[in-house]
Amino acid sequence: MDRLQHDRLKWKCRRGLLELDLVLERFLRREGKTLSESDAAALSELLEQPDNDLWELVIGRSDRVDARLRGILAQLRAC
Amino acid sequence: MSLPVRTFDAIVVGAGGSGLRAALELSRAGLRVAVLTKVFPTRSHTVAAQGGVAAPLANSGEDNWHWHMYDTVKGSDYLGDQDAIEYMCRRAVEVVIELEHMGMPFDRLENGKIYQRPFGGHTQDYGSAKMAMRACAAADRTGHAMLHTLYQQNVHANTQFFVEWMALDLVRDAEGDVLGVTALEMETGEASLFHAKATLLATGGAGRIFAASTNAFINTGDGLGMAARAGLPLQDMEFYQFHPTGVYGAGVLITEGVRGEGGYLLNKNGERFMERYAPNAKDLASRDVVSRAMTTEIKEGRGCGPDADHVMLKLDHLGADVINQRLPGIREIAIKFANADPIREPIPVVPTVHYQMGGIPANYLGEVVVPAGGNDEAVVRGLYAAGECSCVSVHGANRLGTNSLLDLLVFGKSSGEQMVKSIRAMPEAHKPLPKDAGERSQARLVRLDSARSGERVAEVSNELRRTMQAHCGVFRFPELLIEGVEKMKAIAARAERIAIEDKSKVFNTARIEALELDNLVETAMATVVSAEARKESRGAQARSDHPDRDDANWLKHTLWYKDGNRLAYKPVHLKPLSVDSFEPKVRTY
Ligand SMILES: Cc1cc2nc3c(=O)[nH]c(=O)nc-3n(C[C@H](O)[C@H](O)[C@H](O)COP(=O)(O)OP(=O)(O)OC[C@H]3O[C@@H](n4cnc5c(N)ncnc54)[C@H](O)[C@@H]3O)c2cc1C
Repeated sequence: MDRLQHDRLKWKCRRGLLELDLVLERFLRREGKTLSESDAAALSELLEQPDNDLWELVIGRSDRVDARLRGILAQLRAC
Repeated sequence: MSLPVRTFDAIVVGAGGSGLRAALELSRAGLRVAVLTKVFPTRSHTVAAQGGVAAPLANSGEDNWHWHMYDTVKGSDYLGDQDAIEYMCRRAVEVVIELEHMGMPFDRLENGKIYQRPFGGHTQDYGSAKMAMRACAAADRTGHAMLHTLYQQNVHANTQFFVEWMALDLVRDAEGDVLGVTALEMETGEASLFHAKATLLATGGAGRIFAASTNAFINTGDGLGMAARAGLPLQDMEFYQFHPTGVYGAGVLITEGVRGEGGYLLNKNGERFMERYAPNAKDLASRDVVSRAMTTEIKEGRGCGPDADHVMLKLDHLGADVINQRLPGIREIAIKFANADPIREPIPVVPTVHYQMGGIPANYLGEVVVPAGGNDEAVVRGLYAAGECSCVSVHGANRLGTNSLLDLLVFGKSSGEQMVKSIRAMPEAHKPLPKDAGERSQARLVRLDSARSGERVAEVSNELRRTMQAHCGVFRFPELLIEGVEKMKAIAARAERIAIEDKSKVFNTARIEALELDNLVETAMATVVSAEARKESRGAQARSDHPDRDDANWLKHTLWYKDGNRLAYKPVHLKPLSVDSFEPKVRTY
């Protein structure tokens, strides 16, 4: 990811729930530099979810997500 | 260099509950409204509210606005303005029912009415031992449902949203009238002028000035910084509510429900210390009592961990079934942020900043009011404030749970109504922008874009948060406060020497964070200076050297001015609109 892609994603990671801010910040810090184009696109799509739905996905209380986004979700869950 | 100008009837800065409620009022009146927001509206911090919104609907037991008003005045430790509190409690039923009609999915009773539950500090019959059933919720998603409902209504009403636009400064003319704001479009990195007949600040709280905070990262006090830079005072900024159980090191809130189900706090000796501080209520005593007890334990060396800087919340004795079924989400939060599975081990917690009672001084019509020409509360023409960034003041020195969402609805609506009225009374043409409109913002941007070397944003903002936490926390000590003021002055000076490495304009988050830092600095300075000066303990302010409330000297509102870092005071409105005043009494629960 270049600087611009990274910053766009970073701002999409600014949420209303602190829980998500923290997990997403941690994820971007660890993986941001090496994230593939397709993972970055998947993450960006996943970030369109409303805060509460996204949090339930991240903590594994829900699995309701498109199959294409399962890979990036698994990475977020492990983070 | 002049900035491009966009013209509207009204501008709302912030798309949380308060901003959206106000915008709706304006759009429905047929006015042209621009709502500016740093993040997509439904990602505003209001989404985090779970507990509910207070209204004396009396659906699940006797209730009325008089009782609600009494609880709010008492909860405020008598610093709340009683006219504004009466206004809020009297309009509560109306705004909640209205929200229901807009489609808010409230939990319901079998008879179809809104289900209501008890919440700390809300009582029947003027403080009797019987709890009022006053909190209306939409499962554990009250804030989320409120934002979605209001956003949809605004879309239908043709409110125009400017998403990922950051407001930078207020525009005031020589007469002091507010004529709009400057704002930065993140996508392009370019600034514009938004010219309007009325401007509302609804930018939320500034909980991020503390290291331990339950607030999301976006809560940097931008509206407060904008007001301060424009020469307006900030009111009662010493009062921040602490939640006793934020996860140590992360801030994420562990709901009171955990202690309600039988969880309790332990110090490093494994002692259930709340038995000493509150023999009856123990771990269920009110938020300020528990937070102070925890801080005392830590201060006296009985904290846990290598730095003895937190305590433990034990719930493993409740068993896996109770934890999983009645406290959903708690286990996941503890594992994710504390690396502790509460089924087997306790969760490390610390008192954590949760809510800002102070803010931009406003009356109950949302008008921003400041001392001028011998009047303590002269209206600043063209400027309004609502929600957590404002100080109306209904929460005084301490907010009751669920009263904040109510505040958003009531004062979002009243400020919208007042803006409509005022705009309709104005001439057709906008008051012309002053020549120097935009200059302050441009200077801030030019400095950032040209500084070759200097301080780093992350370092200065971390230092600011650490300083506020250490010097202006739950318990306030005179020497620490005095030192805190000096440290904040040094931090403010460092913040003026910020440099960012990457000067790109297009979506540069480093640039945005540098601009946010200016607001953190104003807010933190206002907080520590106001706290140092107030020589009493009241509500959320607890001083070691002045442990009691002092109505003779301190029953007054603080006003902090950036200019000269100076303070002024003004009286509390003890006279309600229609009922008798509630005289200050000792606050016991
Ligand atoms: C975890 C948690 C739980 C809570 N639970 C409850 C509860 O159950 N009941 C209750 O009554 N209260 C609760 N509160 C408090 C309540 O949620 C908040 O006080 C309230 O939501 C604040 O709403 P607001 O409209 O003032 O601002 P916010 O919802 O914070 O919105 C601020 C808006 O301003 C925008 N903004 C900020 N700066 C700028 C800028 N420079 N330019 C453009 N836009 C900007 C943001 O993008 C956002 O849209 C809770 C708080 C927390 C932290």
